Parts: sequence; structure tokens; C-alpha cells
Amino acid sequence: MSLVNFTTREITCKIVYYGPGRSGKTSNLHYIYGRVPESRRGRMVSLATQTDRTLFFDFLPLDLGVISGFTTRFQLYTVPGQAYYNSTRKLVLQGTDGVVFVADSQARRQDDNIESLQNLQHNLLQQGVDIRQFPVVMQYNKQDLPQDLILTTDEMDDMLNFRGFRSFGADALRGIGVFESLKAASEQVLKRLAAGSSVA
Amino acid sequence: MSDSLNPRYKFETYVVGAANRLAVTAARAVAESPGSVYNPLFIYASSGLGKTHLLMAIGHAAEVINPRAAVEYLTLDDFVEAFHAAIAAGQGEAYRKRYTEVDLLLVDDIQFLTHRREMQAELLRLTNTMLTSGRQIVLSSDRPPNEIESLDERLIQRFAGGLVIDISAPDYETRVAILRRQAEERGARFEPGVLDAVAALNLASIRELIGALNRLIAFQAVSDVPLDVARAESLLGPARKPATAGASPAAAVDEFGSFLAEVSLSVAQQVEAWRTRVAEAIMLWEGEGYRTRRLQQLLDEEAPVDPDHVLREYVNDVEQLRILEAEAAELDPALAGNSIFRDPDSLESARGQVDRARQGMHPPPGPSPLWLLEEFLEGEGNRVALQAVREIIAQPGTHYNPLVISGASGLGKTHLLHALGNALAARPGAIVACLSAQDFVDDIIKAIDKDRVNWWRARFRRVTALLLDDVHLIAGKDRTQEELFWLFNLLQEAGRQMAFTTSVPLRELKGVETRLLTRLEGGLVVELGPPDKEIRLTLVQRLLGGRTEEIDPELAEYLASRSVDSVRGLHGILQRVLNAAESQEVRPSAALARSILEGTPAGPVRRTTGGRTSGVMSPLAGMRSREKVVWDWPDASDRLIEELR
Repeated sequence: MSLVNFTTREITCKIVYYGPGRSGKTSNLHYIYGRVPESRRGRMVSLATQTDRTLFFDFLPLDLGVISGFTTRFQLYTVPGQAYYNSTRKLVLQGTDGVVFVADSQARRQDDNIESLQNLQHNLLQQGVDIRQFPVVMQYNKQDLPQDLILTTDEMDDMLNFRGFRSFGADALRGIGVFESLKAASEQVLKRLAAGSSVA
Repeated sequence: MSDSLNPRYKFETYVVGAANRLAVTAARAVAESPGSVYNPLFIYASSGLGKTHLLMAIGHAAEVINPRAAVEYLTLDDFVEAFHAAIAAGQGEAYRKRYTEVDLLLVDDIQFLTHRREMQAELLRLTNTMLTSGRQIVLSSDRPPNEIESLDERLIQRFAGGLVIDISAPDYETRVAILRRQAEERGARFEPGVLDAVAALNLASIRELIGALNRLIAFQAVSDVPLDVARAESLLGPARKPATAGASPAAAVDEFGSFLAEVSLSVAQQVEAWRTRVAEAIMLWEGEGYRTRRLQQLLDEEAPVDPDHVLREYVNDVEQLRILEAEAAELDPALAGNSIFRDPDSLESARGQVDRARQGMHPPPGPSPLWLLEEFLEGEGNRVALQAVREIIAQPGTHYNPLVISGASGLGKTHLLHALGNALAARPGAIVACLSAQDFVDDIIKAIDKDRVNWWRARFRRVTALLLDDVHLIAGKDRTQEELFWLFNLLQEAGRQMAFTTSVPLRELKGVETRLLTRLEGGLVVELGPPDKEIRLTLVQRLLGGRTEEIDPELAEYLASRSVDSVRGLHGILQRVLNAAESQEVRPSAALARSILEGTPAGPVRRTTGGRTSGVMSPLAGMRSREKVVWDWPDASDRLIEELR
């Protein structure tokens, strides 16, 4: 996907929320959906199971209007977190411009976090993208849970963020850290605007 | 390094947020290339929002990038004070000169110019000087130029001609970042939430924010227990209510609006970055004297398809122009700096110009094809010279350089010189200049007259061999001798063959500089002797062979036995006999020759049309002398004839 199209004067920015199952990716999108004026958002597509687990993916189109003469659109996707949906994750990851990695701050979920992060790196690499050169933001969700159940953001950084991505503590249900993560991801993606880099 | 810059005020210590991002971007651009972008740069912001920090950061960064840059920071008060002191000491001019030597001038707090007409005039003069000499001036104020009371309209226009940019109050996140950085610098640690609480206070400026932080640091230093949020809020006073009163900061603000604003800024910066690049390119190339019409048109467009492609093409065209100009300057130095090589939009015209220059650079006059070595008759008197010429032809520039052929008039010096020239010209890539010294002098005069001396020099410096006939004719011609001297040195150094003929022995040559004479003598000087009888007989037979059906041996023998001191003299007497025979309508014979040459006229001599009027002949007998025939008669109808009444 071409991020910026000078001929049609369009900017399309695809951001994927990645992370282990039940880490709160869909919650991020729901919160954003609730804060966006109706005129600015498209229909949120969410294919979920009866137990509220994302089966396929969530999709939230945002129309930011005309910015500097460019019609600017954001497309927010989530991937299904469960290990066995990898082909769906690969599909969703195609053409992405940036990733918000939503990690579960609970101590007992750290293996899932690491596995998912490795999976992200692997899937990006398969599409010829080096994660070190790619806009990624770390979001440590569920920081509202009791302190004895979770790791602090610093501990999460130590655990996951050895690449030094920007990171945010979050409580996606209440919206804390949600827009911060999105802003950070957007900023990084847009910095690469002129280069037109995205996953092929 | 300017010692007026606070070492703490650098870009590295400046917290960038949405409120000041544009100003910082502009400031960095200015620091990286002072004088070429945004000149003057005018930064305005309410008190305590970081103007001074930014100004000094520009100064520091500029000094790091170019340690030799003269950077001067001063407040308007410093400026005024120094001016008054200088005027009082009668040093007004020295004061002005001091600032005009500064590469980057940073003037803080210029809002105090209000009602100071004299200082406004001074600043206007200084700004004009800085702008015209391409040096950078950055100014700061607490309000935009047009709101500074009674500010000279011309100053407002000057400031508007650069970039006027504001810094607004920092947003919550930036305030937190500033507080964290300040606390870190001061080595203070606070309980989580304390700094966020300070940031949430309704404080108008960063200065107040830092004041509040200082207060907390001071209290924490004397307190046994770390400050918590509630204690911090109570310390900072009940009047300072947090800016947002909601329970959750996230719910209180328009998160999407804030997101949209940030995205807009990022997009604008990235999308509009091409404008900055184009503007920088315009400054750069205009500075180098190139026309930038194409780029200016690009700037006028709303959203061009591929501005970088246009930029790349422009740079390519400029590169082409440079190559063309370099070639043109070599072909014709008068073309160097021609404006046609400064307009990338007229690349084709520039190419045409160079093509014309290539054609115009015709080689200097070459040897006459009529004089060939095979036709030069060898005899006792010219054997040495002929041998030298043969050796030179075999290996030009190595054996005898220069060769000087000396001898009386009419002995074949010119023939030998041109024959040498023809042989040398046959070599691949050869450019042989072979001309009379008189033509050489005339050529220089013409070049001086048309102000093309450099072009003339370039033309002769290209030659692989320089052959000058009758070099004695340069006697008394100082400029020609000087040019020949330099040309001689250059050609000799390059191992290119030179040969000269002279009718006056070099030792007897007057009016020629010694430095040139010694150089001429430094090669091989050979003398041509008068033709011996054998040569004379061969020559007569050859000349008669071209004029009569069969050669009368007695006539040939008689003519060859005549005492002549040159080949040309022999030509002369033969011509006289042939003319007489033609006018008397008899065959040329020994008897006729005797009667003509020994004083017994054989009858009236009738001149034939086209016959020569002098005894001088070219090698092709009977050929008209170009010098003595008027070839181009003026058209009488073009002339105004005044009728006398």
C-alpha cells in the first residue's frame, strides 16, 4: 500500500493492533470508536465469537478530512490473538504502516506477550520488513489491575521492549493510554510519509 | 564561541511539543544554514515560553556546525546601551561595523523598540545590511511585529519578508515532559503523580511552571517524607486550580480533537516539507547565480505530483550547464560567465552556444598544400636543412625544437617550412599552425581589437606544431613578442614542434627581445645557401616543362648558367624570356634569352593578361599572386557619388 498518493492527493495510514489474545486490542478500538464523532468514523466491523473473542479481525476506518490538501484516512485493524489464527494475522498485517503492540501487563501473561511479539517479528520479516526499522509502539494494558498481579511499565519495558520502542501504560477500557499510543504510532508512521514505506 | 550564550540553553534541552514544534523546526533550519532560509526569523511568544532558550539554542547549534561563525546574542537593552555608549564616545561607526561582521545575530526582546524611533532606524539599517550580505538575523518578541506599538512600517515589512512564527503555551504532555526533564536535571525525585499534578495546574508559562517545581524541590529537601500529590497541591496554593477538573484527564479533553491536531501537524510538516526543500533549493541556486523560475513555479502549485522529481531534474540541468560552461570557457574564454549558462530553462540554447563555439574554434592557418617536400630540390646549399626537416618529420618535437631556417630571400625557406608543415599535418590529430609572422601579428591585433585575446591564446595553444615564416618581422612588435614568448614556452614544454624562418640572421636581428632570441637559438639554426648549377638546371627544366611542349636544352643550359643568388631570381629571368617569346609569338630559345637578358632587345615586349608585374613567382609558374590582384571590386552602385555643380 502506498501511504501517500500525490496524484490522487490521498494519505492512507493503516495501523494494526497486535498482541496476544485477550490483551485488549479490540478494547482499544472500541474506545477510539466511542471518542470519534460520527461524521468521522466508518462502520466498525467486528467479527467476534459468542464469547467476545475476535474471530477474524476488527476494522475501524477513520476519516480525518483534508489535511494540507490531502484526504487523510486512517484504518485501524486488530488481529486475532490466539496462536492458531496466524494466517489471518499475516493477512491483516499486509500493507500495514505501523503497529501498536498491546501487551497484557499481568505477570502470568508474559510468555504470551513474548510469543506474540516474536510472532509479529516473524510475520513482518516474511513480508520483507525489519521490525527494527518499522514504526512500532508498545502499549502495556491492564495497568489498572491490582499491583500484585501486574508488572509496572518499567518492568514491562525490561521484559519486552529491548528494542527501545516508545511505550505507554494503559487501561484500554477506561481509555487511559489509548490515544497516546495511537498518536505515537501515527507520528512515527507519518514521519515516514515521504518515503512511502509500508509492508508490501 | 559567543560567551553571552547560556550553555544550558540548547536544542537538546528544549522540550518540543505541539505548541512549539514549528518554531523549533524553523530554528533548527536557521541554525543549520544561517542566512539561507527564513531570514529574518521572528519568534514571538508570551513571556516564559522559551523564546530566549530557542534563540540561544540557534546560536549554540550554529557554532557547533560552523565553529568559525561569528554569533552574537544580545537583548534589545544591550543593543541600545551599547549604541548610546558608542555615540557618547564618538564611536558610532565602529559600533555599526561591529555588528555587520556578525554572521548570526540574535536579538531578544525587541518589543522594547516601542517609541524608540532612533533605535528602530538603527535596527532597520542593521537588518538591511544583514539581509543584503546574506547573514542571518533572528529576533524575538512577546508579540507579533504588527502589535509592537509605533513600530516602523518598514521594519514590520522586513520581518514579514522572512518567517514570523509563534510559540503557544505548552500542552499538558509537554508540561509534564518539561517538569520531568527539569526535575532530572536538578536530581530531584518525586512520588508518581506529583509532577503530573503540577503540570495540570493552571500556569501561564514555563517559567511559572519551573517556579512551582522549584518550590516543591525546596520543600521536599527539608521534609522527611516524600511529597505526595495532595501535599504538593496544597503547597502550590489553593488559587492554582488544575486546568481540568474532571475525574479522569482522558475523559475531560477532546481526545480525538487532540489526536486530529497532532496528525494534522505531522502531515503538514511532512507534506509541506517539499516546500521547504524547494525554497532551500531556490536560495541555494540563486545564490550561485542560476535562474530558478522553474522552482518558483513549482512553489506556486498547490500539491504538485512529484516535486522531488522536478528538483532532481533542475539539479541535473544545472550540472549540465556547468559542464557546458566549462567547455565553452575552454573553447572561447569570452563565453565564461555568459548568462546563457545560468538558466536551466534554456539548456538547449546553451548547448547551441557551445556548438557554435566548437565550430568557431577553427584551427589557426595551416600550411599551403602547394608546397610539398617532394618538390623541394635538394642541393649542396640546403642539404643540412632538408635533413633536419626529415628528422623532425620522423619525430616532431624531440630532435630540433625549434628549427630556425635562415637565409636570403628567395632560397625556398617558405617552401621548406610549408613542406614541413604539410608533413606534420598528415599525422593523426595534428593541428599545424603555419603562417607568416605578419599574419601572426595581424591576428593578435585583431584579437586585441575584439577583446578576444584569451580566445586567440586558446586557439594557438591547441596546436601540435607552430611554424612561423619570416619571424624577423616581429622585430619592434613588443606585444607579439610577449605572446610568442609565452606560447613558445608552453609549446616547448608540451613537446610540440616549432619552426621559424628568417631572412635576417638571428645575430643581426634588432628589436627582438633577448629572451626570445636565445630561445630561437636554443634549437637548431640552419642556413640555406644559394642554389648550385645542378639545382638551377633541374628547376629550369621543370619550369619550362610546364610551359613548352619540348624543352630546348640549349635554353635550359643557358638559363641555368646565369648567375642568380636565389631560386626566385631564376624564376624572374625565366619569366622575362617566356613573356618576350609570347609577345613576339616565337618559341623561347637560347638566342632570345640572350637578347633579353644581355641587353639586346628582340622586339617590343607585350605584357600578357594576368602576367606578373614583378619578377616574383610562386612555384606554379604563371599563377596569379593573390596579394597583387584586387579580387573584390566594390559595387559602384553602392557608392554615393556627389555631383559637383
